[in-house]
Amino acid sequence: MTTVSTPASARLALHGISKRYASVIANDRIDLKVAAGEIHALLGENGAGKSTLMKIVYGVTQPDEGSIEWEGAPVAIRSPAQARRLGIGMVFQHFSIFETLTVAENIALALNERLPAATLAARIDEVSQRYGLPIDPQRLTHGMSVGERQRVEIVRCLLQSPRLLIMDEPTSVLTPQAVQVLFETLRRLAREGVSILYISHKLDEIRELCDVATILRNGRVSGSAIPREQSNTSLGRMMVGADLKECKLEPRPPGPIRLELTNLSLDTEDPFGTSLRQINLRVRGGQIVGIAGVSGNGQKELLAAISGERLCTQRAAVRLCGQDAARLNPAQRRTLGLRFVPEERLGRGAVPGMHLADNCVLTGASAGLVRHGMVRRRAARAFARATIAEFAVKCDGELAPADSLSGGNLQKFIVGREIRLAPTVMLVAQPTWGVDVGASLLIRQALIELRNAGAAVLVISEDLDELFAICDCLAVLARGRLSDAMPTAGLAAETVGVWMTGEFQGAGAAAGVAGAGV
Amino acid sequence: MNLAVWVTIAASAVGAATPLILAALGELVTERAGVLNLGVEGMMLIGAMSGFAVGVSSGSLWLGYLAAAASGMLIALLFGVLTLSLQTNQVATGLALTLFGVGLSAFAGRSFVGLPIRPLLPLRIPVLSELPWIGPLLFHHDPLVYLSLLLCALIAWVLKRTRVGLRLRAVGESPEMAHVLGEPVIRIRYLAVLFGGAMSGIAGAYLSTALTPMWTEGMSAGRGWIALALVVFGTWKPWRVLAGAYLFGTVTVLQLYAQGLGVHVPSEFLSMLPYAATIMVLVAICRDPKTILLNQPASLGRSFHPGY
Amino acid sequence: MPPRGSLVPVFDQLHWPLRLERRQKPSAAMRICSSPLAALAMLATGLLVFAALGKDPVAAFRVFFVEPLNSTYGVGELLLKATPLMLCALGLAVSYRANVWNIGAEGQLTLGAITGGGVGLFFGPALGHWGQPAVLSAGVLGGMAWAAIPALLRSRFRTSEIFVSLMLVYIAQLLLSYLVHGPWRDPAGQNFPQSQPLSDSVLLPSLLQGTRVNVGFIIALVLALLSWWFGTTTAAGFRMRVGGLAPAAAAYAGISERRNIWLAMMISGGAAGLAGVCEVAGPIGMLQPVVSPGYGFAAIIVAFVGRLHPLGVVLASLLMSALYLGGESAQMELQLPASVSGLFQGGLLFYLLAAELFIGFRLRRAHRLPSAAPAGGGGA
Repeated sequence: MTTVSTPASARLALHGISKRYASVIANDRIDLKVAAGEIHALLGENGAGKSTLMKIVYGVTQPDEGSIEWEGAPVAIRSPAQARRLGIGMVFQHFSIFETLTVAENIALALNERLPAATLAARIDEVSQRYGLPIDPQRLTHGMSVGERQRVEIVRCLLQSPRLLIMDEPTSVLTPQAVQVLFETLRRLAREGVSILYISHKLDEIRELCDVATILRNGRVSGSAIPREQSNTSLGRMMVGADLKECKLEPRPPGPIRLELTNLSLDTEDPFGTSLRQINLRVRGGQIVGIAGVSGNGQKELLAAISGERLCTQRAAVRLCGQDAARLNPAQRRTLGLRFVPEERLGRGAVPGMHLADNCVLTGASAGLVRHGMVRRRAARAFARATIAEFAVKCDGELAPADSLSGGNLQKFIVGREIRLAPTVMLVAQPTWGVDVGASLLIRQALIELRNAGAAVLVISEDLDELFAICDCLAVLARGRLSDAMPTAGLAAETVGVWMTGEFQGAGAAAGVAGAGV
Repeated sequence: MNLAVWVTIAASAVGAATPLILAALGELVTERAGVLNLGVEGMMLIGAMSGFAVGVSSGSLWLGYLAAAASGMLIALLFGVLTLSLQTNQVATGLALTLFGVGLSAFAGRSFVGLPIRPLLPLRIPVLSELPWIGPLLFHHDPLVYLSLLLCALIAWVLKRTRVGLRLRAVGESPEMAHVLGEPVIRIRYLAVLFGGAMSGIAGAYLSTALTPMWTEGMSAGRGWIALALVVFGTWKPWRVLAGAYLFGTVTVLQLYAQGLGVHVPSEFLSMLPYAATIMVLVAICRDPKTILLNQPASLGRSFHPGY
Repeated sequence: MPPRGSLVPVFDQLHWPLRLERRQKPSAAMRICSSPLAALAMLATGLLVFAALGKDPVAAFRVFFVEPLNSTYGVGELLLKATPLMLCALGLAVSYRANVWNIGAEGQLTLGAITGGGVGLFFGPALGHWGQPAVLSAGVLGGMAWAAIPALLRSRFRTSEIFVSLMLVYIAQLLLSYLVHGPWRDPAGQNFPQSQPLSDSVLLPSLLQGTRVNVGFIIALVLALLSWWFGTTTAAGFRMRVGGLAPAAAAYAGISERRNIWLAMMISGGAAGLAGVCEVAGPIGMLQPVVSPGYGFAAIIVAFVGRLHPLGVVLASLLMSALYLGGESAQMELQLPASVSGLFQGGLLFYLLAAELFIGFRLRRAHRLPSAAPAGGGGA
């Protein structure tokens, strides 16, 4: 069950799999073998080609070249339904759970056979009891926590007694405690003979859980290893091709309060959203405050309330640089010094059909890109050029359309644009989500420099490691309530994990939270 | 006199509502799959023209309805190819479909203008049709009236209870997720669009062979748009769409009888009623954004391509 | 998020030999060529239709496109019919760019005709030199007022402007019908449903001796220039473009959706109202039950064929006007129904939408899938 098995007994073997899109080669002649009962890590940074490879195995995408062997026999996997028939199950990174359907309906959709409702419910109960994954088949999935949704996905896979389970970045949105529960389930499945392909870029987890690791870099296999025998440094080097660098956060005395939320409550407009309850928060100049928590716990609403996309009814619930900003719109808040990098890059942070210079005009009024009701094109182009140069954005110049940039480069451009607009308060959502390691480092370093220059920075992120690396203080947003912000130094990840379930004495009214697990 | 008049009004409201029901149910299915087809008016006109033309030429109304459904599907297929395979903007393409349908039906139907046709007749159900009040109200309608009710029940059941409905709803909520689970998103959307086309075609043929048995250019007079509005009004639920259609049928018929009922308002203002009512009803339903957000298929109007 | 350069199967699951492939960058050449290509495709289809109807395609082509423009009068008619199309489409183009779907230009045109015509009828003689400007302004305001209804309902209650503006078309037409059948009917008109003729002082002066084209055409050209300037250099134009391309980005940047909706509706409604009053104070010279053969709807096609660009709209309105004239000519000389131009208009729009695809995509032969048999993938 450990180490590499003989090729004959391989449950899944990929030979020379290649997949190219018009501009990029996502997978370049990839070989991979997974033995029965093995937990096999597929390690690689964002954009290394992991997801494409897994979609090929699950039949969502077809390879351009190469062949697949399943339990020793050659197969062509043409659809997810066929993959499921073979015994392959997949748990997706951004769960494939439909909000408007019940648990049972969600499960029925991904089952190949048609079962009467009663039989299905019985089988769901049976599987969920056997593996200790309690779910209620009749419940609507909206309003479920991320952990519950993942449970639904796992049960959905287990119902078909899979022999290979693909887990795509399963822990990216889980609390540390939930990660341990998940690992127990996975180990148990492996003991029962199920092979597990575990996709991740988190080195600690892979070293803890996996028997074997295959490392992908730029679409190619760059090596394989027994993770337990490796260090984070050596694994990281294989993944990135160079030593992983970390950014440095030197202690610094905080300045005056720049952003202040006082008893902020806001009802959500989204029927599947989360309303904010009694949020209190202070961010000082020269300070990075992080807000941890799983998306869907009010993050979207909090961002909208601070950026001004939604106005608050309570007077002074939001203060920027000492001024009441609760009823100011985003443009007015910008004149007070607020800058904002939203989570959604294309379509919110940047306009897809416009070139980079025009995308600077979007928020660049304060830099003189709009004057007397006229757009100043030449100034906009100069501004875009400078941003591209300063933040090492790879693109075809300032007239390249925003949607021609890769995710990491577009994020560097947006972060760069906002930083070059001289923020007093900088609001950043998921700064490095889906961004490659090099760009992540640059973005984090830029935020730290901004803080060193005296700006107040608020970062909302799902990535706990990132928050611990760059934040002076950390708070947790859970079910629309915000915990107190605590200094990061001396704060345990497990504590934050407990808070993420909603178990904290909030900075607002303390609410007894019923168990309903993560 | 009053009760008799009201029964007549109610009975003819059923007729006026039927084309709206048919077209709106078709569009409802299309929209539940996430596709917004604004070409209902055009498809209805094509259906009205071809149904009438085939009905007159062959002497068989049923062949006419068949032709109407087929031609509605054909022109819906054009919409499907453009929006689903070629990923054009659904709003613009739907408008194009309506404008094209107006032009094509006028052009192809020119030699049928003013011809007489034997209209679709009400069923005579022994005993029941003869019942006072209840008879004309419930048991003296043409077959399509009953078909529209049947279809409403069927669609409601399929959407709610069957796997087909489940897959359709999944595609409408998130084509991306449905795709990775292995649903043939584009194929399902094609089928939904074709169904919508067939229903709009039949609805059009009902206009030209039953409601006002003749063919004139542009005879749908905005009914396709009203049907579209009814889908919103019915919050994408079949039974509510049905109720909305009967409400509109009543408004339409009331204005015809208004003069007789002693309302002395210029006929033009009475004719404005259905259009004004559409606006008012839409405002009423849209006032609370959550009503729309909760019920509208989440991917409505958005293109999808499976090319990951 | 699908990466750029992904493959789009033309038909899902079916393995067609051709696939659409997203271009690295939108093609500038196709951006310019898509409309002419669509026009050519439409022309070819037209010739086929003529042939199918048993007419000699070449002769039909002459009757349709050449003969109407053989004379100064003919050219004047071309410009005359192009005027309302251009006016409506210029406004609609601004509106569609902002993702505001005003499809009720026909109704706003009708209301412009009513208010402009009304001012002309009742105050025309008294206004003296101010007659024409007053009548034109009244038309613009009428169109704006009609467009204000969908603007208000969309910005206050999120009611779809598509439905509301369209329903208002029927209401405006019924209103006009009521007026000319009732209170505004010319008592000396032998019971015809029409108003008194407008006095000469409010009628628009003709541009060219021997033609009916009037100053409305010049106004339309000036407005085209103005809308080009508005779209490319003003911050308001920029904000509307952002609102159209990415509503979420507009919200992020603090661009008011409400303001964009109102601006788009006022511009498109005012322009359509102007088109209406130019008809009434121009070639028609009075109010009658029908003041437009569907210019407001044809303008939707014009706006798209002109790719929502002012210069494109000017050219497309001339093309569309030629289609109208050709239809009339074909009706007289070939006994073809006038509705053939409606067919061509709709078809043109379809071809255009299909052609626009090739701005962002190109056709490629599909990569062969590895054959069902496994053994290696065969080097490419």
